[in-house]
Amino acid sequence: MLRRQNDGGGPEIAQRHDARSPDMGAPKDMTTKTFMASLVATTILATAPVLAQDCPVKVGVLHSLSGTMAISETTLKDTVLMLVDQQNAKGGLLGCPIEAVVVDPASDWPLFAEKARELLTVNEVDVIFGSWTSVSRKSALPVLEELNGLMFYPVQYEGEESSRNVFYTGAAPNQQAIPAVDYFLEELGVESFALLGTDYVYPRTTNNILDAYLKSKGVAAEDIFVNYTPFGHSDWATIVADVVALGAGGKKVGVISTINGDANIGFYKELAAAGVSADDIPVVAFSVGEEELSGLDTTELVGHLAAWNYFQSADTEINAEFVKAWKAYAGENRVTNDPMEAHYIGFNMWVNAVTQAGTTDVDAVREAMWGQEFPNLTGGTAVMLPNHHLTKPVLIGEIRADGQFDIISQTEEVPGDAWTDYLPESAPLTSDWKDLGCGMYNTETNTCVQMTSNY
Amino acid sequence: MRSIPSLARLVATVLALGLLSVLRPVVALAQDGLQPLLQEYQAEIAKPSRSTVEKVLSGLMAADRPGTAEFLLRWQDREVYARPTDGLFFYAEETGDALRLIDIDSGAAVAEVSSREVSQIRPNSGVRAVIAAALVPFELNAADPARRAAALDAIARSGDASQIDPLSQSIETETDPALKQRKERLLTLLTAQFASALPYRLAAIEGLAGDTSIEARSVLNQLTARVPGVGTALPTGANIANVLEVGTDISEVEAYDRLVAANLAPPRQSATDRRDVLAQHIVDGAVGGVPLHLLNTDAARARAYEALEAAGTVPPRAAEDEVARAVAAHVFYEAYAEPNPEVTTAAEEALSATSRALGLYQTLDLVLDGLSLASIFFLAAIGLAITFGVMGVINMAHGEFIMMGAYTGYVVQLFIPDYTVSLIVALPLAFVVTFGAGVAMERLVIRHLYTRPLETLLATFGISIALQQLAKNIFGTQARPLTAPDWLSGALTLNDIVSISNIRVAIFVLALIFLALLLFILKRTRLGLEVRAVTQNPGMAASMGIDPDRINMLTFGLGSGIAGIAGVAIGLYAQVTSEMGANYIVQSFMTVVVGGVGNVWGTLAGASLIGFLQKGIEWFNPSNTLAAQTYMILFIILFIQFRPKGIVALKGRAAGD
Amino acid sequence: MSTSEIAPRRRFLAENPSVLWFLGCLALFTLGVTVLSEGFGLALISTSMVKILGMTLCLCLIAVAMDVVWGYCGILSLGHFAFFGLGGYAIGMWLMYARTQGIVVESLSATPIPPTEIEIENAIASQIFGVVGSNELPWLWGFAHSLALQLMMVVLVPGLLALVFGWLAFRSRVTGVYLSILTQAMTLALSLYLFQNDTGLRGNNGLSGLQNIPGLDHLPQSSLSLWFFWASALALGLGYLVFAWLVSGKFGSVIRAIRDNEARVRFLGYDVESYKLVIFTLTAVVSAIAGALYYPQAGIINPAEIAPIASIYLAVWVAIGGRGRLYGAVIGAAVVSLASSWFTGGGAPNIDLGFYTLNWTDWWLVLLGLGFVAVTLFFPRGIGGLFDMIVRKP
Repeated sequence: MLRRQNDGGGPEIAQRHDARSPDMGAPKDMTTKTFMASLVATTILATAPVLAQDCPVKVGVLHSLSGTMAISETTLKDTVLMLVDQQNAKGGLLGCPIEAVVVDPASDWPLFAEKARELLTVNEVDVIFGSWTSVSRKSALPVLEELNGLMFYPVQYEGEESSRNVFYTGAAPNQQAIPAVDYFLEELGVESFALLGTDYVYPRTTNNILDAYLKSKGVAAEDIFVNYTPFGHSDWATIVADVVALGAGGKKVGVISTINGDANIGFYKELAAAGVSADDIPVVAFSVGEEELSGLDTTELVGHLAAWNYFQSADTEINAEFVKAWKAYAGENRVTNDPMEAHYIGFNMWVNAVTQAGTTDVDAVREAMWGQEFPNLTGGTAVMLPNHHLTKPVLIGEIRADGQFDIISQTEEVPGDAWTDYLPESAPLTSDWKDLGCGMYNTETNTCVQMTSNY
Repeated sequence: MRSIPSLARLVATVLALGLLSVLRPVVALAQDGLQPLLQEYQAEIAKPSRSTVEKVLSGLMAADRPGTAEFLLRWQDREVYARPTDGLFFYAEETGDALRLIDIDSGAAVAEVSSREVSQIRPNSGVRAVIAAALVPFELNAADPARRAAALDAIARSGDASQIDPLSQSIETETDPALKQRKERLLTLLTAQFASALPYRLAAIEGLAGDTSIEARSVLNQLTARVPGVGTALPTGANIANVLEVGTDISEVEAYDRLVAANLAPPRQSATDRRDVLAQHIVDGAVGGVPLHLLNTDAARARAYEALEAAGTVPPRAAEDEVARAVAAHVFYEAYAEPNPEVTTAAEEALSATSRALGLYQTLDLVLDGLSLASIFFLAAIGLAITFGVMGVINMAHGEFIMMGAYTGYVVQLFIPDYTVSLIVALPLAFVVTFGAGVAMERLVIRHLYTRPLETLLATFGISIALQQLAKNIFGTQARPLTAPDWLSGALTLNDIVSISNIRVAIFVLALIFLALLLFILKRTRLGLEVRAVTQNPGMAASMGIDPDRINMLTFGLGSGIAGIAGVAIGLYAQVTSEMGANYIVQSFMTVVVGGVGNVWGTLAGASLIGFLQKGIEWFNPSNTLAAQTYMILFIILFIQFRPKGIVALKGRAAGD
Repeated sequence: MSTSEIAPRRRFLAENPSVLWFLGCLALFTLGVTVLSEGFGLALISTSMVKILGMTLCLCLIAVAMDVVWGYCGILSLGHFAFFGLGGYAIGMWLMYARTQGIVVESLSATPIPPTEIEIENAIASQIFGVVGSNELPWLWGFAHSLALQLMMVVLVPGLLALVFGWLAFRSRVTGVYLSILTQAMTLALSLYLFQNDTGLRGNNGLSGLQNIPGLDHLPQSSLSLWFFWASALALGLGYLVFAWLVSGKFGSVIRAIRDNEARVRFLGYDVESYKLVIFTLTAVVSAIAGALYYPQAGIINPAEIAPIASIYLAVWVAIGGRGRLYGAVIGAAVVSLASSWFTGGGAPNIDLGFYTLNWTDWWLVLLGLGFVAVTLFFPRGIGGLFDMIVRKP
């Protein structure tokens, strides 16, 4: 087995060498045949009906292992594999071993639909853990709803959705963005806001919500500066200068960053070069976690903020255990982050729900999921609400020199709200799959707008 | 400007005389020690918040027990711990894994505990700013210059009227000239903002005229802050900035909205509101006599509503002329928050004096940004200017050479922790690595394809995706840190508006060096002569005794090696990932094509055009960088249509066909 | 522009036996897949596989178009996927609009007062664009309510774009690698434009849920996928026939001559620019049709589909399959795209080398890239070249 000394090892190394990652459906004697023949054969064999056989319980992992999103998603794949291992060590589920089926949608959004269909119909998985970007989730949604699959989505997102077939274990805007802005307003006394984001749906929607929220708090329109940049943007000089220039207005300036992925590195480097101190212009980021910070030297960024529901530095017994298990599994240099905790909670809730329902049948499991409780790694308890969102505490952390976060604020658990109250169109909407049986229910007209979700 | 120091001294003297007694240090009696007092504010200290910290501070200051200042300092610096079991506060020092708790009053070690048994108190930066402001009177005369500087920062961040006196007093005794200057400046700013004696205040404001610093403009902008107002007549006694004319300064819709917001007019009825009202008055499947199924047009709904109105069941709604009448009956204005017109006039004058300098500096900054972007484009494209521009080889793997250079820098930093030394090693090493890769590629692949340029494009694309994936397999998908040495971090600052980060300056210098080097090699050396000969006519060159194979190999290696060095530079200011090269490839090709193939000056022209153009478009629409990039590429497409040979077109034989 | 003499149909087929062979194989393949599919009954081929095969047929069609423009006419366009994407967007707009309309009308019918036209439109707009924070229908969607108009857009929009772009480029005599870079810039500009949230096509999110065909809700995906599979096969067959006919006549001779020596053809009195423009526009339209059939099967279209790299891959397929022969393009597209999906889908077993386990997900792209270099260097005629050896050298 190849062990790399530096932390350059890809996250998939740990999983290559044992039977954790099963090969998906293709029998090993197929290699000599031609591509076409084996493709057809694969399909034929894989679709052959599996008769009344519950074992093994299959868990699909739909995370990109290549392409632009691999940077974030491979970690989550490893997390699920680790959780599967841990559960198998505890004796599996319903007396069966759990088997993980890993596929690679390659950061190619149409492939998420294709692979989801494959997982549900060919591999016949009982549940899927997957997706990172909203567009990938929205690509898989129609398939999940058509085939009545079940997916756990672990990333903070823009809300405005509640599918019957998805459990959202990441934060909704009211569990991350709104509390962070409250913190800016109340604790830091910020009066002038710069909303910087990557140009895609999460920052756009989040910033729309925040714009409405800030105005409702009496912040004037001219005190909100908005900028969108492309993915992987690297030329930040002008934008940082624009933000610094906002200070001339005589109001305390704060930056709310929904900048995604590795574009953050250039942004923070420029911020450091411009000598912007967190005491003068604090930056709170919604997409920067431990993983992203490992790509840069954080000594100049000490004091800038991030809002999440989890930080690796949370000082609790179970978190210490989780971090230890992760480091043993993936490597000493690896860090844990918020979406990993979301998968940790989601996976364990699903295990408990299956145990409670006594079956992996999606409808039975869904009902068992409502009200399911599981301890958060940061303390307190997560509860699965009938709108398929979790209750989560909101944490605000300050960046430390070692790339970790000092938790400086932690709220009580906040229930996730699928439809935000701060946008006029979604204010009257609510989601309740348990009693109303609808994910997009208009409380003004008392009608269910639609049963499928808004993809 | 020149009057500021003397003015400050004057103000200082006057204020010092009058108010000295207030600040006389009081030696309090040590009755109880600090801990019992702290316990009175247990919750507020253990969970500090900006909303409660004032209360704690005033309590502590009023009691003024010994060690208060030190406690506040340590509290601010997160060196205070709380023990949940009894709520007591301690200082602590780390001893290996454990913490040694130290009693606040006695300074004696109390216990050794693990980090989970006590909780570190972490005031956020808002709370810290309040504490720091409270500490200002103590700290302004502290022995340590760093602490005095911190106190001045606290004043700059949250200045208030109470700081004027201690600040002016501390100026006399200040020994450090830099700090003294800073203190005088802050005093001017505070005086302009808060002083009660009007002449001093006006003089201070006048002194800020033409000052482009953010601090000064911030003070002036605060003084001229305006509040929108509306009323039937202009309020007397208010400091009116200007009266808004409906139709020119403010639209009628906006004006009416303001009336509604000020409760001076009823809200307009929206289509949704009307529908809801109608829905409440359904009688026997009809509203106001109009059958329900016909209510799917605006006209029918209006009829139904009028019928209800006529019957008196619903209130009449605001018609258009009522809106106009309501707007006409009111006056809309903006008033200054500052009541004294003399102050606001002086501040407005000072601001307008600043605005010209401001525009000049902003333009200068934009030019610098454009120059920097152009130099980055140039650096990314210059290797391509050789391989593509001079040799005519389309190398799609050029971006991957940039990436290889950046990863070389990263690997060197793993082995050499000193950033300066590692950079000195990394630059030549990156050149060697990518030179080698380039030569290998030329020998193995490209040399067989000189007659098939389009296929070179595809073959090198194959190499590009293979290299990218290889980098992913080796270094993982996460971005890797490539850190600039300290002397490259930070920025070159002219003033608060014009500044550019050192790393960008370094990239600019590097680009200039490469430009000079390449021109020298191509124009002044034997190699350059041979390169030009081979590219113009390989057959003739060969017959003159030049080995075209060797020249092609060296030229390609040179181009690739330069890409490697560019990679280190780009990695220093942005992210190092396996995909970083792909971000530059299309733009680099466009730079070379726009500039004109076969000429290093052309590449320079192309990079400048693209860099400045992009910054120019961004300036028009600062909120959308993506749009700027789109329009820039559209412009390039059109540009090439009308000038296919680029800005600096070769003429005659050298142009080839 | 001089048009070629129209050869009698019988002679055309007699002279081009490969066309008959191809159509026969395609028909057999379609029949085989149909019989074995889930929708038809035997269920030996899963619905997701039918979709993959259907999409592959669309890719083959655009590869054929690419072969005509590059292999026959010598224009290495790195922008044909832009037309493919535009076709997808055009049909996607109708699919989204009509589906959303169904949902909105149903939900509004529950209100006591029937909705007005404007209310319906606003509700559709906020349903579609709520996700990108807007609630107005952009002007771009003016035709989206009508399938017929939107189908016209599938052809018109990419066709016009190709016409204007081609006219400008060919008129300025931009040729060779410059044209390639220019077409690449065009794709990049288009994808960046579409990436913006406020351009009215939902930015990075693109159009999704396209696999649900409005009005055909009662049909399960297993049969819908078959319908699209057949449509794709038909389009490929027709497209192949048209292009084969086009390149076999005098017109074909002229464009091949342009590929080989443009200046000489121009001196012979041919209007080279018009020939190139016709080929460029025609292939763009066919690409758009392929895209319009592809995306309802894929389910989602977004700007990343139009990224310059997609078009480069297209050239790669054609080169691997063999340029200058239409079946080569089909083979290249089918083999590379299916192999990619097999290797990255985890279909290929990992190879344990003892000290290191070779994971295909990681190494497939390396292999593909190097394989591509090898093909360019050693088999410039691609896989299709192998047929020559079989046919010509018994």
